Amino acid sequence: MSTTGGSTDRIEKKIVLRAPRAKVWKALADAPQFGSWFGVDLKGASFAPGARVRGKVTHPGYEHLTWDVVVERMEPERLLSWRWHPYAVDPKLDYSKEPTTLVVFELKDVPEGTLLTVVESGFDQIPLSRRAEAWRMNDQGWAAQMKNVERHVA
Amino acid sequence: MSPSPGARGAGLDASAPLFAALGDGTRLRLVSRLGRDGPTSITRLTAGGDVTRQAVTKHLHVLAHAGLVRSRRRGRESLWELQPRRLEVARRYLDAISKQWDVALGRLKAAVEGDD
Repeated sequence: MSTTGGSTDRIEKKIVLRAPRAKVWKALADAPQFGSWFGVDLKGASFAPGARVRGKVTHPGYEHLTWDVVVERMEPERLLSWRWHPYAVDPKLDYSKEPTTLVVFELKDVPEGTLLTVVESGFDQIPLSRRAEAWRMNDQGWAAQMKNVERHVA
Repeated sequence: MSPSPGARGAGLDASAPLFAALGDGTRLRLVSRLGRDGPTSITRLTAGGDVTRQAVTKHLHVLAHAGLVRSRRRGRESLWELQPRRLEVARRYLDAISKQWDVALGRLKAAVEGDD
């Protein structure tokens, strides 16, 4: 997995998945499948351009949060994008009037399988105080959670 | 968005005063206000709020100590403005979100590379 760029406006991730593009696409574009690895309950939901999709976060300790996106583009086996409020982790706050970031997933064939590029952009529009707050809300529980995942994936 | 593991570890200690300075609602609002309005006098920062001038001054000094704001004199009054260290906030925030993606994509990898 790699990260590029020194910008504060965008994050770019690239990862090679040893799986055919059709299978990766399904894991992204089929909402319940997406939810199962992303950590959100999307049973019965589906992604379509323009659709607002919501579901309960399933990460332990964060089940009170709702995952909430508006899908922008879907080009089968090539591109999926949506907008959301990044790091909207305080249920007491109304993020609806605030700027969103755009998340774009793109797929390409490579000899080993499929290259997935994820770009999230628009962070420079997010108020600085919101960004500082998000930092504060990072807690030890998640550090432990990440260790679990690392063990699981390794 | 689902929360993530913190971007903890090396380099965090140097930032501790920065984030301690931001660990207060009044100070966050001051940072937010200076970000929106640009250089502002204490008189204007205090006007209409329920925080005393003395308290605002104290909070500004905590923020200044952390390198987030600075004051400069213009005529008879001081204007307060944001400082470059706010870039560090932006970068740390991005680090946290970036870690979140690493974890999520690690899960995706496990899901699609597993048995059918």
